[in-house]
Amino acid sequence: MTMKSSTRQVDGVTIVDLSGRITLGEGSVVLRDTVRDLLSKGQKKILLNLGDVNYIDSSGIGELVSAFTTAKNQGGELKLLNLTKKVHDLLQITKLYTVFDVKDDEAAAVKAFK
Amino acid sequence: MRRGPVPIYYGTGPKIIGEADNDAGSIRAMTADRVSFTLDSTLETVNSAEETAGRMATEAGFDDEEVLKISMAVREAAVNAVLHGNAYDPNKKVMLAFERTAHDLVITIRDQGKGLDAGKIPDPLAPENLLKTSGRGIFLIRSFMDVVEIHPSSAGTELKMIKHVRGNAES
Repeated sequence: MTMKSSTRQVDGVTIVDLSGRITLGEGSVVLRDTVRDLLSKGQKKILLNLGDVNYIDSSGIGELVSAFTTAKNQGGELKLLNLTKKVHDLLQITKLYTVFDVKDDEAAAVKAFK
Repeated sequence: MRRGPVPIYYGTGPKIIGEADNDAGSIRAMTADRVSFTLDSTLETVNSAEETAGRMATEAGFDDEEVLKISMAVREAAVNAVLHGNAYDPNKKVMLAFERTAHDLVITIRDQGKGLDAGKIPDPLAPENLLKTSGRGIFLIRSFMDVVEIHPSSAGTELKMIKHVRGNAES
């Protein structure tokens, strides 16, 4: 039920590998804290790898939006990588798919950062 | 209509945190086709409601995709009841009920909050709301269920969600 998060650096981009559920409670908090921590350390190119995120609820969607806008407001950039079908479908029906910059290839995603 | 396994299923289901109305733990009332729970206003209730909904939907014969939609809808409804309705008030309860009819799975969730004014819920798909960090719960419930009725009152909000049973569920 819990979500795990780990980060790695690739060509100046911080890739956050997330796994589990981004839901109200622990999952959303982990995501929020991770992104805020990165931004506070000046790591403003953030690629959220959601390949192992198998579930997300409306709170999790809100947390993704919050991460996106927080990064943007601080002069950063946040992209999404490897959406599972469930997450992809959720972002489609909430019309957020086109709001986020969604990638499916890590190397291409890293290069896409300015 | 299939009978038999449903009440047994719920009697051995996931841990439901709640106040017992009788000796059957948190199960408040149970018939062959209807079971209801009285639950505390906690995050644990949200998770338990979701898990129970998933099991109930599976038992009703829905496929995996439909089960996911139903359990997500119940999760969102439980979040609304626990957070927005009862505001985590330990003195307020959430009532969750599942009922199998000949054609439907009917799920009702009721809180003891101030009553949700559905007319005041902003459209989360409106451009000015797309980047809001909340306000998508009811929209998702409506997306996932066939019928959604919101009945607010001064005693709380009752949310009724219906999913039509298809396929082999009537065997």
